[in-house]
Amino acid sequence: MSINKHYINQHVLGDIKSLEQVPIRKGFGEGLVEAGDLNPNIVGLCADLTESTQMHSFRNKYPKRFVEIGIAEQNMASVASGMASMGKIPFITSYAMFSPGRNWEQIRTTICYNDQKVIIAGSHAGVSVGPDGGTHQAIEDIAITRVIPNITVIVPCDAVEAKKATLAIAKSSKDGGTDTPVYIRLGREKSPVVTTEDAPFEIGKAQVVYELDENEFLELMSAQGGESSMTFKLNRDNNIKHDVGIVACGVLLYKAIKVAEALKLEGVSVKVLNLATIKPIDEESLIALAKETGAIVTVEEHQVAGGMGSAVAEVLARHAPVPMEFVGVHDRFGQSGTPDELMEEYGMGEKDIKKAVVKVLSRK
Amino acid sequence: MLLTDQEVKTLEKKANDIRISIIEMLAEAKSGHSGGPLGMADVFTALYFNLLKHDPKNPQMPERDRLVLSNGHICPVLYATMAHAGYFPVSELLTLRKFGSKLQGHPHREFLPSLENSSGPLGSGLSQAVGMALADKIDFDKLSPRYVYCMLGDGELNEGQNWEALMLGAKEKLGNLIAIVDRNNIQIDGYTEDIMPLLPLYEKFKAFNWHVQEVDGHDMDSIVTAVNKAKSVFEKPSVIIAHTIPGRGVSYMEKRYEWHGVPPGISDISGAPEKAQQVKVALDDLKD
Repeated sequence: MSINKHYINQHVLGDIKSLEQVPIRKGFGEGLVEAGDLNPNIVGLCADLTESTQMHSFRNKYPKRFVEIGIAEQNMASVASGMASMGKIPFITSYAMFSPGRNWEQIRTTICYNDQKVIIAGSHAGVSVGPDGGTHQAIEDIAITRVIPNITVIVPCDAVEAKKATLAIAKSSKDGGTDTPVYIRLGREKSPVVTTEDAPFEIGKAQVVYELDENEFLELMSAQGGESSMTFKLNRDNNIKHDVGIVACGVLLYKAIKVAEALKLEGVSVKVLNLATIKPIDEESLIALAKETGAIVTVEEHQVAGGMGSAVAEVLARHAPVPMEFVGVHDRFGQSGTPDELMEEYGMGEKDIKKAVVKVLSRK
Repeated sequence: MLLTDQEVKTLEKKANDIRISIIEMLAEAKSGHSGGPLGMADVFTALYFNLLKHDPKNPQMPERDRLVLSNGHICPVLYATMAHAGYFPVSELLTLRKFGSKLQGHPHREFLPSLENSSGPLGSGLSQAVGMALADKIDFDKLSPRYVYCMLGDGELNEGQNWEALMLGAKEKLGNLIAIVDRNNIQIDGYTEDIMPLLPLYEKFKAFNWHVQEVDGHDMDSIVTAVNKAKSVFEKPSVIIAHTIPGRGVSYMEKRYEWHGVPPGISDISGAPEKAQQVKVALDDLKD
C-alpha cells in the first residue's frame, strides 16, 4: 500500500462517502476538555463564539475556568497574557480572521514579546468557511503568526490530529509539549478524517503519509515501460527515488493524497508529507524530501504569499534548492460560495494540485 | 492623615532623588521621555516605598503585589524607583536605552526579569492587569493574597482596548485590581483635551461601573489614602485618577507637552534654557 497505514486511514483512497467527515474544530473542542481534565490551570477565553469555536464543552464542564470576554479580541489576547503570567494556561478562541487577525499586535507584544504561553485557536480559517464570504475567510493567518518570534504554529489536517495537537500543546516542554505561545488553525466545515487514532503527533515533526514501496516502484516501471503519461520525459537518475514531493497541511492533505494516488496510475511516483507544524519547521524532513525528489509542490488553504509554502521555500532555498510550485490562494480575497466551489475557484482543487505537479516535473 | 509628617518628608525626599536620577539617566541616554516620568515620581515612590507588598531581594516572591506598567514610555520612573528600592544598582540607570542594557527604551522583562510585563504599544496594560486579577479571582475568589496595580497614562485612554478591559473588569467584579491613571493632560501632539477630549473622565469610569477617586498625584498622604480606600472596595475594581504636573520639579518642563517625549539637553524648546544648560538647570531645580 502507498499510504502509511500507521498514520493514514486506509479508506482515504476509497470513495469519500466511506470516509468519516468531522469538522477540525470539533477535535479541538474535545482535546480542550481532555486537556482541562488533566491540568486544572487550563482556562478558556472566548469572544462571543463559544459554540462556533467548540469551546462550549469546556465551558459546560468547567464554568469557573471559562471567561466570556465579549466581542473584544484585543482585550482577550492581553487578558490571556495576564492570566498566563499568574500560572494559568489560557486557550483563547474566535474566528481566525479576528484572532489572530484583529488582535495581531496584542499577540505580538503582550503574548509573544512578553513570553507568555497562550494558545490562540483560530477557527473558521480558509475559504472553506463558504457562504459567510471574504470578510470571514482568514487566508493570511499562517503568514502573520509565523513571522512573530517565539511562537509555535500548528495546522492540523483533520479532527483527530487537531485533538492530539490540542493535548500536546497544552503540555509543557518537559512533558513533550511546548512552553511557547501557540497558534493553532482550525477549519469550520466537516472534512475527511484522514489520520488514524493511533498516529502519533509530535510538535515540529512532519510525517510522510504517502509513498511507494519497492514493489509499487517495480510495478510502476514495468507497467509504463519506465515512462510516465507526461508529455515530457521525467528526469530520473535512480528508479527508487520518488519523482516529486508534495508538502501539504490542513484539509488539503486529503486532496494531496488523492492526487498522489491518481498520478501513480499515470506512472508518476509522489511522496506526500504532512507538515502539521509550520513553526518550528521540520527542516530535516523537508530537506530529505527535496533531495530525494528534486521537485516540490506545497499545498495549503492560504495565501501563497507568506504561508506554509513560503516557509518551506525559505528552508529549501538555503539547504536544498529545487524547483517548487505553490498551490494556494494567489493574492485575492475570498467570496461567498460552497467550500467546493471556492476551492475550485481559488485554485485549490485536485486538478490544480495535479497541474502544479506536472509543472514542477517539467522544470526538473 | 495616614502618614506622619516625617513619613511624608522621607517619601518626598525619595521622590526627589528619583527625579534627579531620571534627569541623569535621560541626559546620558540622550533620548527618552521626560514629562511623564517626572510627573509620576511621587506616585511610584508612594507605591514602592509604602504601599506595595514586594521584596527587591526576592523579586519573584509569589505573594508579591503585581505592578503592570501600561504606558511603557514612562519607564525611566519605574527603573529609577526600582533601583532606589534595591532591585539593581542605581549606577545601572545610566545604561538606559544603550545596547545590551537591562533598561530597554520601553520595558522588556526578558532583559529585566523583575518586571511583571513588557510594554510600549499603548492600551494593553489594563487588559493584562485584568487577566492577572482574574486569575487570582478564579483561584481565591474574594480572598486574593495580593493586589494588581495598573499604571496608565491619560493619553493612552484614546486606545479602545482600555474600554474593553474596563467593561470586563467591572463584569468580573475585580476588587483586587487598582488602576492609577496619570492625569497629566499631555500627549505627544498636544494637550489631551485638544487631541481627543477625555472629559468627563471621572464620569466615564463611573459609567463603566468602577470605583473612582481623584487625587493630587503629588500629595503623598492623598495617594496612600486613596489606595487604601480602593483596597476597601471589594465589589468592583478601582481607578484612581492621579492629577499630576508633567515635568514636575523642573521649572521649564512643567505643564509643557513639548517635553513629553524629549530628554533634556538635545533640543531647543521655547521657554527652556539653551540646550547646553538644560541638564544643569533641571538638576539645580531639583536640588533646591
